[in-house]
Amino acid sequence: MQSLVIVAHGSHLNPDSSAPTYAHADTIRASGAFDEVRTGFWKEEPHLREVLRTVEGDEIYVVPLFISEGYFTEEVIPRELRLAGWDVSEWDSDGISADQATLVAEDIDREVHYCGPVGTHRAMSDVIVRRAESVTDDPDVGEGFGLAVVGHGTERNANSAKAIEYHADRIRERDRFDEVRTLYMDEEPEVDDLPEHFESEDVVLVPLFIADGYHTQEDIPEDVGLCEDYRDGYDVPTAVDDTRIWYAGAVGTEPLMADVILERAADAGADLDDAVATVRETTRVATGD
Amino acid sequence: MPETSTDGVPTAAIDVDLPGDAFDALLAAVSADGSSDAPAIDFEGLRATREDGATVIEVDGERFRAESERDLHEVASDHAAHVTNWHFYERVAGADTPRRAFVRWLEAAEDRSVEARYAALAEGIVREWGQLRVTTTLTDRGDRRYDVRHADDATAAVDDLDAHEKPRDAREIVTFDADGRYRPLKTAPTLRAGWVFPDLDHRDVYEVVEAIYPATVANWHRERGGRLDVDHWRETMDRQSGIYGVVQTWDRGEGHEHVNWVAEACCADSQCLKRREWQYDDETELDVDGGDGVFPCREPCSLVVSAARKWTRLEGEDEQSYEFTLTPSEKEQLEAIIDAVADGRTEAIREADLKDPANRYRARFLRAKRFDEEGNLPGVPTDDGS
Repeated sequence: MQSLVIVAHGSHLNPDSSAPTYAHADTIRASGAFDEVRTGFWKEEPHLREVLRTVEGDEIYVVPLFISEGYFTEEVIPRELRLAGWDVSEWDSDGISADQATLVAEDIDREVHYCGPVGTHRAMSDVIVRRAESVTDDPDVGEGFGLAVVGHGTERNANSAKAIEYHADRIRERDRFDEVRTLYMDEEPEVDDLPEHFESEDVVLVPLFIADGYHTQEDIPEDVGLCEDYRDGYDVPTAVDDTRIWYAGAVGTEPLMADVILERAADAGADLDDAVATVRETTRVATGD
Repeated sequence: MPETSTDGVPTAAIDVDLPGDAFDALLAAVSADGSSDAPAIDFEGLRATREDGATVIEVDGERFRAESERDLHEVASDHAAHVTNWHFYERVAGADTPRRAFVRWLEAAEDRSVEARYAALAEGIVREWGQLRVTTTLTDRGDRRYDVRHADDATAAVDDLDAHEKPRDAREIVTFDADGRYRPLKTAPTLRAGWVFPDLDHRDVYEVVEAIYPATVANWHRERGGRLDVDHWRETMDRQSGIYGVVQTWDRGEGHEHVNWVAEACCADSQCLKRREWQYDDETELDVDGGDGVFPCREPCSLVVSAARKWTRLEGEDEQSYEFTLTPSEKEQLEAIIDAVADGRTEAIREADLKDPANRYRARFLRAKRFDEEGNLPGVPTDDGS
């Protein structure tokens, strides 16, 4: 029996924090790829500490719904899941290349496949592009558009910027958007100065965050100048100086994120049949045909 | 065909038609392996053995010998309750999982014979789990069906409630309370009423309960088996890191009174329906009651850890003496306001109920009279008590 456990941060204050986790879990359940799909959280219930005891299967894949490798994926989650003998060297990662480690979870005395975070998987580049398609409602968006991939920055975690640069590079290589740039909230180049960094009239701004919350709903819209006060709301697109900014909100809310979760599990050995193809199809932007 | 007759109540009094899948499973079980001496089936009053090429079925000690498949079908049909009961628990509900234990608890399976249980299931067996009321009933094919609703809606007709079929609908129900506020703690006694899952199967009833009270069944199951792993306050705080690491400084070897206060503030039944089993450490019990919940709390939850972080900082301050001038009624009013906030009573205080010391106009009057322009109580400044 094959089980998927999606682990995420969650929030004591904001119900939107766990909403993407639940949405992607539902998409994957509907795909039939796993016999069971469970969700566990740091700040909600079931807690990371107790989620594994709700799992009935014997082939267990744990996928962290986090953007980068760092404190949570390397320290908090393995500790709370009680992964015996965990050491970050198990992933043998350069900061963005964690794949999986197979360890016994002491809580249930069964092996689990502990996967790298979704945010550093190569398929995440596709989600960023899909997010741009969604917000522009154009499955072919690219020509005449710039793409700004926005992250928190390196203040707390050097790997955070690595992940953002990695995806921006990959998307740039596809030659789809006129320009692709990375911007940050707490370091240069700053998202506040977005128009200065783009020549394109239209720029899609995709924040590399798992869920909508304070940063994506309040900070970034105000910093970029989409609105004076986030409570006033803003249009998509909104013109700032001479740039029309298509603000996408957290990339993690994009339905295609379910695909990255599946790919993480597949890389760790999960048998998914055609679920990946199904999820890619069912989450795509309509062409209007 | 009966080898013996008894004066017991015939199972046929409970009107269950033997479904084909239950009979097929019975046939498969008795045909499977004739070499073993162990009975093919031995479950809650139903025994099946092979004997000289025939199948011997015992139902609560009464023996029947079936020479042919047709005989067996007749015996099984006459005792459809026992056969469907075996089939449900040994072939459908699965192995020794928390889920199986829970559905057995729902119908009080450990406490009653199959006959008594099937008779009770005809009426519906009711259990409460936190604020949930779960009613188990039986179809005429021996399938269990479950009605899950808020305990406050015990007598409501299904048509008067918002009816759901899919377990995932429970997520919306648990996310917001009756006032639309986000519920960060799923076991808080703030589950809203007005909804029902009227017709769930054994898998979905578990999923609904899991969505509403996550991991409570798993922990309850471990506790029943004497395997609940309790992590006390000290262990839980000791493993915190990052911004929560600071809580380790709150235990200074000066007793555990502060943890009593935390438990009284956060873990009372009025705040959380879990029964607190964690203590200060494995040698030091807390002095406050752990509550009466069905399901246990095995370690300080993330809300308690977050709150402890805040209190660690606040409790690091030195105490100071302040001198204010208040009338006796004003002092009592301050106490009443704290009580009203702590008991979540402020919304219930009527607009014009000036008799209630925590009434808004009363509080505004006190503020107008006693606060200075900076919003402080006059007297010794807040930050100058040295």
